[in-house]
Amino acid sequence: MDDLDSRASQALADIEKADTLEALDALRVGLLGKSGVVTAALKALGTLAPEERRARGAEVNRVKERLADALAVRKAALEQAELDRRLASERLDVTLPGRDGGRGGIHPVTRALERIAAIFARLGYQRADGPEIEDDWHNFEALNFPPHHPARAMHDTFYFGDGRLLRTHTSPVQIRAMAGRQPPIRIIAPGKVYRSDSDQTHSPMFHQIEGLLVDETSSFADLKGTLAEFVRAFFERDFEMRFRPSYFPFTEPSAEVDIRWEAGDGQSRWLEVLGCGMVHPNVLKNCGIDPERYTGFAFGLGVERFAMLRYGVADLRAFFENDLRFLGQFA
Amino acid sequence: MKFSENWLRELVEIQADRAQLAHALTMAGLEVEELTALGEGLAGVVVAEIVAAEKHPEADRLKVCKVDAGQSAPLQIVCGAPNARVGLKAPLATVGATLPGGVSIKAAKLRGVESLGMLCSAKELGIDADASGLLELPADAPVGAPLADYLGLPDASIELKLTPNRPDCLGLLGLAHDVAALFGSHVKAGGQAPAPVASGARRGIRLEAGADAPRYLGRVVEGIDPAARTPLWLAERLRRAGLRPIGAVVDITNYVMLELGQPLHAFDNGALEGDVVVRHARAGEALKLLDGSEAKLDEGFVVIADERKALAVAGVMGGHDSRVTDATRDVFLEAAHFAPAAIMGRARRLGLHTDASHRFERGVDPELPRRALERATELLLAIAGGRAGPVLAAERAQDLPVPQPVALRRARLARVLGVAVPDAEVVRIFTALGMHVEATGEGWRITAPSRRFDIEREEDLIEEVARIHGYDNIPTHTPAGALRLAVEPEARIGELALREQLAARGYYEAVNLSFVPEELLARWGFAGGLVPLANPLSADLAVMRPSLLPGLVEALRHNRARQQERVRLFEVARVFGAGDPPVETPSLAIAACGAARAEQWGEAARPLDFYDLKGELDALIAWGGEPGRWSVHADGLPPWLHPGRGARVARDGVTAGYLGALHPQLARALDLGPDVHVLELALEPLLARRLPRAQPVPRFPLVRRDIAVELPEEVSWSQIEQVVRGKLGGVLCELRLFDRYSGKGIESGRKSLAMGLILQDASRTLTDDDADRCVREAVTALETACKARLRG
Repeated sequence: MDDLDSRASQALADIEKADTLEALDALRVGLLGKSGVVTAALKALGTLAPEERRARGAEVNRVKERLADALAVRKAALEQAELDRRLASERLDVTLPGRDGGRGGIHPVTRALERIAAIFARLGYQRADGPEIEDDWHNFEALNFPPHHPARAMHDTFYFGDGRLLRTHTSPVQIRAMAGRQPPIRIIAPGKVYRSDSDQTHSPMFHQIEGLLVDETSSFADLKGTLAEFVRAFFERDFEMRFRPSYFPFTEPSAEVDIRWEAGDGQSRWLEVLGCGMVHPNVLKNCGIDPERYTGFAFGLGVERFAMLRYGVADLRAFFENDLRFLGQFA
Repeated sequence: MKFSENWLRELVEIQADRAQLAHALTMAGLEVEELTALGEGLAGVVVAEIVAAEKHPEADRLKVCKVDAGQSAPLQIVCGAPNARVGLKAPLATVGATLPGGVSIKAAKLRGVESLGMLCSAKELGIDADASGLLELPADAPVGAPLADYLGLPDASIELKLTPNRPDCLGLLGLAHDVAALFGSHVKAGGQAPAPVASGARRGIRLEAGADAPRYLGRVVEGIDPAARTPLWLAERLRRAGLRPIGAVVDITNYVMLELGQPLHAFDNGALEGDVVVRHARAGEALKLLDGSEAKLDEGFVVIADERKALAVAGVMGGHDSRVTDATRDVFLEAAHFAPAAIMGRARRLGLHTDASHRFERGVDPELPRRALERATELLLAIAGGRAGPVLAAERAQDLPVPQPVALRRARLARVLGVAVPDAEVVRIFTALGMHVEATGEGWRITAPSRRFDIEREEDLIEEVARIHGYDNIPTHTPAGALRLAVEPEARIGELALREQLAARGYYEAVNLSFVPEELLARWGFAGGLVPLANPLSADLAVMRPSLLPGLVEALRHNRARQQERVRLFEVARVFGAGDPPVETPSLAIAACGAARAEQWGEAARPLDFYDLKGELDALIAWGGEPGRWSVHADGLPPWLHPGRGARVARDGVTAGYLGALHPQLARALDLGPDVHVLELALEPLLARRLPRAQPVPRFPLVRRDIAVELPEEVSWSQIEQVVRGKLGGVLCELRLFDRYSGKGIESGRKSLAMGLILQDASRTLTDDDADRCVREAVTALETACKARLRG
């Protein structure tokens, strides 16, 4: 018995000293293995008298458990140390660049255009579209521009040989959206438009968004409210804003909308951002809508202007040069 | 419309200062585009006369002048102006004055000679851009008088950006009526006394252009002084309105046009033969105009003619041969009314835009000609003398517009504006605008004065109320009308989502102009079916693009030329093809060059190739959820693609676009390398998307068997797929190619493909025997159909 105790004490000390998993496993085999010391002691129980066997058995099992626990603890410690060693050697430079992390970007004009369209979508405006090569009826006549009217001279128009033209504004989409449909109508029509004018502040192709609402109750006050909300939503801030009387053949009363813009130099000035008005009764009539029953308003804006203001773009031409050093700023 | 502020204030008295006036005009729809203050800071500048001028002893270009400035003794002034001469009256800035440019005048010695002031140019005084010499004042200018008083300064030149519906404001009188309404004032002194008739000279007038020219007034003024000079006050007003003084007669007609809005014309009476005939031009008729150009006319033009020849293009410009010259003693003055439709576009057709055409094509008050003629006569007699003949008038009353009353309903006004404007305010506004107001049960009946012929319908009246009441005074609400929820088709990928996906895959969106140079298209091999503009801005912007790629590759080149080796661009826009109507196809294009992947420390660099672009195509197609409807073909390629490294893409057998490497010849012509790859697809097939319909998830495991076969190079992967799929049917879940090899160890002209057969049965677990049988069948089929051999 003393023999087992002393061997156990020795074994516990050995376990504590074991510094590899292999050494520890050898100890385990020597103690608890098939021909281990403890196993031998257990086997020897059979030679004892029954009452002696119980007491002795309990003692041997206690020793066995102590040893097994010590082995397990030591094993865990050695494994942890081993893992720590391995992990220490597996350290990466986590600041090195990753793979395929690059991203392109959408064009700032698209970005502004989609932001605008999304704002109006939340107000129930549905997207509408029409051809870029238009006929005179949709671009001018139906919008209440008589032939040769001076208001047409304000639209420097590109023509094709057959009398067709490149739409000078997105307003013809109004006509297409209303034709064969009855109110309530809320549409937003973004797209490319063309004017034969090219200099620092004019591009022969640019983007407009047209909005149209026709129903049984709309008024100029609703138009003011809608555009004020839109400007606030787009720029995420309030502006001093003014509606100035203006003239478009297809709306009456008509207005231009200015916002008070603070330039970088601390000066502020009025900046025209939208044209709008109550849909002219002739236009409603041209589309088969009863102007007595229904009223509506329309508005139009230049997307490049909004993109320039929103993103601080100083030169209109940058939008069409497609220089990656510019585009890369809009990821 | 540009005018002198002081002139306007002479016609309508208001208390508002300049800034208030400008603000009110803008907010009434008469937008002030530019406002230039004139003659500020002219204190100490007086009218002076040069009484002696001698060369400066030390400087060739300077003169030493003795100048009478109304003081007890002449002042000595050193002056370098070329026009400084004895007898000239010019402005003198006296010692102590500070000029608008900030120059302070002090007594100084110039090259040793004392100078007690400065003789000034118009520019130095801030009243004109002319810096060529001293501002020459008329001989009768009062010496010693403050210059500002003499010139009617300070003043401002105000330029309005008028909308086409307000031609009444193209004359100061019409503008004065709006200003009066805005400030609760009234326009001064109406009417125009007839000039005394002192001559019997007359001419017959015949109206032969129908409704196009319903009123024509003329008169002969005999014996004017051809040397008469335009008085300074009149010249100054013209100048401040942006017109250069030319000569007394023309200046007077311009002055009256600015004042009243009625264009006038003066002929040399001696150049006219017989009656004045207002008629349509004859086909092929030509006329040399005042500006020296030759106008080729047709029946669409109205001309003023005499019995033998055309004299002027009505409403546009007078003729050269009948113009007033500095020898003209007898003048024929004209003031007429032309229908806007008869003038619209005519000047433009002649490549002209004149003050007269600008007004006539927008419309002029038909009642103005007589008043304008009398006003011009009054000024002419006062300035150039002469004897006026009787007013000669011809008109077609039935063709003259007569103002009609227009009804305005109170309820409609409130509905359109969204606010009830009090009745008293409505009446005040129309009365102030010079309109006749009559109350009715529902509202009012309004008759506009003849100058406001733009008032034709109820909305015109509503606009007037809104404008004068003030847009700022209309409240702000949000629409409360009925709303129908928009239905967005789920079976269509959104264009924005597509753009975002391409951006996420490393591409930048480009926006190119829709027009391309024809030459560039020719280089790409686009011919036929093009849509050229009739009036392009330049040859570089002449044809609507039939493809996004030529422009997109130009953008790629732009970036390549700016040290960007690896470029990834895409564009979504329409392409155009001939047709009736022309065909517009929304398209997506990609252009890429440089390394396949961004340079990275842990990856070997590899140039971009066809399969990189094909991967983009696959990713796009996968989105639609129906890759089986798409196919890629090596035939039917456009000329701009590499014939062996390009492909045609079809959906349901219909060509949807192309991808591949640029044709080497094209790439060379564009100075690009073989790494440039492009893709272009019609957008609609790409955006079509399957609405998912869920199937049960398979319950039995997959089995995989790998095989390697050797077969001729020309056998395409799609043929192999077809054969294997045709043989195995539904049990083949996927055929996955994992290696492709040719070269050493493989007979030349053949290749080795290693592929995994992924097998699955919907009803049971496949056994090893099942799988082995599938492999055998697949191999046998490939041997038969594709001359394949199984490799060890």
